Amino acid sequence: MSVALETINLEKRFGGLVATNKVSFRLAQGGRHALIGPNGAGKTTFINLLTGVLPSNGGQVLLNGEDVTRLSQQQRARRGLGRTFQINQLFAAMTPVESIGLAVSERMGGGADFWRGLGTRTDIIDEVLELLERFRLTDVMDHPTARLPYGKQRLLEIAVALAGNPRVLLLDEPAAGVPEAERQELLDTLAALPKDVSILLIEHDMDLVFTFADRITVLVNGTHFAEGTPAEVMADPRVREVYLGEEEHA
Amino acid sequence: MPTDTLTQPPTAVAPTTQGLHERALRNLGRTGRWRPAEFVFWALAAATFFFLPDQHLLLGEIAILGLFALSLDLILGYAGIVSLGHGVFFGVGAYVAGLISIHMTGEPITGLLLGGVAAAILGLATAPLLLLRASDLTRLMVTLGIAMLFYEAANKAAWLTGGADGLQGIWIDPIFGRFDFDLMGTTSYAYALVVTFLLFLVARRIVTSPFGLSLAAIRDNPMRANTIGIPVGKRLVAIYTISALYAGIAGALLAQTTMFVSLDVLAFHRSADVLLVLVLGGVGYLYGGLIGAIVFKLLQDTLSTLTPQYWMFWLGLILVVIVLIGRERITGAPATLWNRVRGMGK
Repeated sequence: MSVALETINLEKRFGGLVATNKVSFRLAQGGRHALIGPNGAGKTTFINLLTGVLPSNGGQVLLNGEDVTRLSQQQRARRGLGRTFQINQLFAAMTPVESIGLAVSERMGGGADFWRGLGTRTDIIDEVLELLERFRLTDVMDHPTARLPYGKQRLLEIAVALAGNPRVLLLDEPAAGVPEAERQELLDTLAALPKDVSILLIEHDMDLVFTFADRITVLVNGTHFAEGTPAEVMADPRVREVYLGEEEHA
Repeated sequence: MPTDTLTQPPTAVAPTTQGLHERALRNLGRTGRWRPAEFVFWALAAATFFFLPDQHLLLGEIAILGLFALSLDLILGYAGIVSLGHGVFFGVGAYVAGLISIHMTGEPITGLLLGGVAAAILGLATAPLLLLRASDLTRLMVTLGIAMLFYEAANKAAWLTGGADGLQGIWIDPIFGRFDFDLMGTTSYAYALVVTFLLFLVARRIVTSPFGLSLAAIRDNPMRANTIGIPVGKRLVAIYTISALYAGIAGALLAQTTMFVSLDVLAFHRSADVLLVLVLGGVGYLYGGLIGAIVFKLLQDTLSTLTPQYWMFWLGLILVVIVLIGRERITGAPATLWNRVRGMGK
């Protein structure tokens, strides 16, 4: 199995609290891996360690075999690590075309161009249109982002990340807050994400986790608790107790 | 034939793709397109040169202040960097242009460019200080502190700057060896207006470029800008340096057109005034600095004639009103009123 993203004994402490406790984890090349765990399990901290938002206190992060533990967010992004956010992090004043166009031009190294307007960049337009189409944003491509329906904003959140042509994509609760009417559109686009992109999904929505993922890791109290195929995880009595049981009782 | 079009889907599809291409490109180029109001603005600016010959001194001051405020807009309006010490670049540009005329050459373009370059070097050197801790409060204090340092340094270094007496003996040669600087300020105004216009054109290009769009992205959401691979720090240093260059050129213009430089160019009120001017005109659309400069200078001119001692009071009041009520509501008031009047008729 070739590995896209790997952590070895990754550790993070906030004072006396161990938020990530020597987690070793592997995301397979082209994998669809879900990370689940009860609230406070340290999922967000783990993501922040992977992307470089937070520095770790120990252990390593390897991206396609390269040690990126000491690299900045932006350096990891340039090496093919993309992410979306649990709460939309979009450019409110820009349109989808501009947001995606910017991400594509940055990736192609044209971001420092201070002379030639994006409106003349016919070379990026096909890619921008393809992304708009893939994420069903064609109709609203020239609308200000702040005024898009929430579901469309969620789609743009993923589209902007994919525009950076990531090898590994971290999706942080992509379905969070999406109204029922717009949900199917989101699920369809998630299912249709390019197969060569390795994806780590953090999600509370168990329906989405079990339809999307081919492998699941359970995090409890910052510790790697269990891992397996969806069927194995679902059958694991310990997991049912600490995590899935919670939902059944609710 | 209707049946033909039905059997040939490619011809039906092609125009749609073409249409989408155009729509996307049009949207990507939207900020770069010239609006009619912009042509009117610059046509009026050019017209003032011919139709207000006895106001050239005032108009020249407006053009220089406008350029200075535009330089602040580049960092504040486009990159979200606040500054209370932008006057330092203006002052350094003015001193360098003055010193060049005394010690090297009276040729105006040389002094103008070197004044700008000196300010740009200072901008490049100090920009990293603003990135260490990217909070507005630290930035305000760091910029204010640097401006104070330079004011005192210029005061102490009397051997170079003339200290409190100012730089004596500046003489600027005719522009291109042909246009003498006259007492009516006609050449000065033409010079300042042309330089401001050319730099405006360049700034307009910069802010509508992919680089400019990346600045807007950083201003909107620095965290996301980072994760899509935008080198946030480098971009901010770049625009800060460009902004310093612009401010330095504005300072050099003042030194050359007045043929005098004193400590006043580095005084705190320069930094405060330019911020006030920009807020008066509005941030983030390049014209704010220019319009603000017109409003500020006209208010200053009118109010100081009416109440020579209390004009700052009225200026302060107007500023408070504009900031509290919001510019949109003031400029949109006629339309709102019109809608209300029409509504009553129904």
